[in-house]
Amino acid sequence: MTALLEIEGLGIRFGGLKAVQDVSFSVKPGEIVSVIGPNGAGKTTLFNMISGVYQPGQGKVRLMGEDVTGMSPHLLARRGMSRTFQNLQIFQSMTVLENAIAGFHLQERGSVIGDLLGLPGSRRRARAAKEGAEALLARVDLSRAAEREAGGLSYGALKRLEIARALALKPKVLLLDEPAAGCNAVETEEVDHLIAEVAASGIAILLVEHDMKMVMRISNHIVVLDHGEKIAEGLPVDISRNPKVIEAYLGTQAEENHAER
Amino acid sequence: MRLSEKHWTLLILIVLVALTPFFFPSSYYFRVGSLIFINGIAVTGIVILTGYAGQISLGHAGFAGIGAYTCALAPVHLGIHPALAVVLGAAISGALAWLVGRPILRLKGYYLAVASLGLGILVSMLLTNEAWLTRGPDGIDVPDPGLRDLFRAMGLGFSATEAWYVFNGFMLIVGAWLALNLYDSPTGRALRALHGSEIAARTVGVDVAGAKLTALVISAVYASVSGSLLALQNKFITPDVSGYMHSIEIVTMAVLGGAGSVLGAIFGAGILTMLPQVLTVFAEYEQILLGLVMMLVMIFMREGLLPSVLRLVRGRGE
Ligand SMILES: Nc1ncnc2c1ncn2[C@@H]1O[C@H](COP(=O)(O)OP(=O)(O)OP(=O)(O)O)[C@@H](O)[C@H]1O
Ligand SMILES: [Mg+2]
Repeated sequence: MTALLEIEGLGIRFGGLKAVQDVSFSVKPGEIVSVIGPNGAGKTTLFNMISGVYQPGQGKVRLMGEDVTGMSPHLLARRGMSRTFQNLQIFQSMTVLENAIAGFHLQERGSVIGDLLGLPGSRRRARAAKEGAEALLARVDLSRAAEREAGGLSYGALKRLEIARALALKPKVLLLDEPAAGCNAVETEEVDHLIAEVAASGIAILLVEHDMKMVMRISNHIVVLDHGEKIAEGLPVDISRNPKVIEAYLGTQAEENHAER
Repeated sequence: MRLSEKHWTLLILIVLVALTPFFFPSSYYFRVGSLIFINGIAVTGIVILTGYAGQISLGHAGFAGIGAYTCALAPVHLGIHPALAVVLGAAISGALAWLVGRPILRLKGYYLAVASLGLGILVSMLLTNEAWLTRGPDGIDVPDPGLRDLFRAMGLGFSATEAWYVFNGFMLIVGAWLALNLYDSPTGRALRALHGSEIAARTVGVDVAGAKLTALVISAVYASVSGSLLALQNKFITPDVSGYMHSIEIVTMAVLGGAGSVLGAIFGAGILTMLPQVLTVFAEYEQILLGLVMMLVMIFMREGLLPSVLRLVRGRGE
């Protein structure tokens, strides 16, 4: 099967820092590709380039064969890309349910006049979005918090809310930046199941996650970044045995130990 | 059945507009009430722009000026009915907001506040200086749209002040109804979403620049209609309607009452419209006191008076 998402030679610099350099890989429908690497390796920056938050300095992003490099996030959303954020991006003063409904924006939007007058069409679409959002909240186990203000939820709950919101778009490609961060063991397992389920429905998933057990368990393919460069890629079994990968991780650990002293 | 916030707000407004006249000691209070409604309309527009979408304008009086002077000039020079001039003014204001907002709202940051400030000053200067058309700083007469005759035809024998009280009250309720519809609609949700996180709003497909532009245009139309009604009611208008102080007043009313809530903001319009009528000191030191109100609200109750009080009451009830 052809790839849904293709990354080709992607790179960006911040001043003198080459945050990401010449990274290429692809994700097929139903596949879970994980990007791993030590802190500051450039994983989030890579996500930001793919999702149009940053303009890449070099390289190309292709979505279903179309060149979408540097395209604005709202246009990418229309083309089937959806994402979550490492440092939560929640609509704080909206309720949990409204946050999830917001994910249905592209499906519920109509004319501004219709919305001002509260015309039947506008209300019908809003109601459909609400029902869809309720179903998604049930799926991420947040039904009971639906009417609460989102700002008051725990970190792990907000992570799941972001996943629900991202799924509301009915994406073809889903980018998840550390979805299990802040979750306890039970919640992590739930997130784990959810991701596998989403992938099984044919969505291409690109995942950044520090929980190595989870990554090794659910990934079809792993890409390893270090200092912005791809140092390895392959099946989970191969990656876990790859000496370069081990060195990159052990290396940073040694540096951290050094810094602490 | 539990009433939604929208129905509560409308019910309270209708009851207030309909019943307070029974307690008015003199006809003067119809005028004050009517002014509150006029300001309430402009402030409801600010709720959409600032409360929903989180954008700041410091020049909305400019649109009020356009609405007011279109009512003064269009019937004379174009021969259209004053009521139609309200619509024309709203269209001009909306178009101008669109033209100015389109390039500005693509940029991130506080450019709108600065640009709208400039726009407000520009409109005010034009209305003051182009005396050949506007008669300059001394003001200009505004034709009578025949509101009393309309009520008389309906069998209602109102005085002029009573007629304007009823009509402006009706317009405020319509304005509030539209804003409340918007709140819980796809468009309103998109506005509130970008207020919360622009990046997340983009990610769910919201065209952030376009949504902000929508909010700006709608709020400009509200301000324009408010200016038109003021001109028509007074049968006379001066360039002060478009002045910088009026822009600040509108924003302060919304912020004081609670820019995030339609009822709150109208409540703010009520307080700041009544104060100068009751306390002459307030009229004298208006600028200082507006500044003080702004600061105190921002320090002690950022949500505004009404939402803060409601939160307190609800908190105690639980
Ligand atoms: N907007 C920016 N401006 C300047 N430097 C940036 C910016 N964003 C990221 N960086 C730098 O780029 C490098 C990569 O950061 P990035 O956040 O992508 O790492 P990461 O792999 O996601 O790390 P973590 O595992 O901690 O989330 C870091 O050195 C970071 O400081
Ligand atoms: Mg990161």
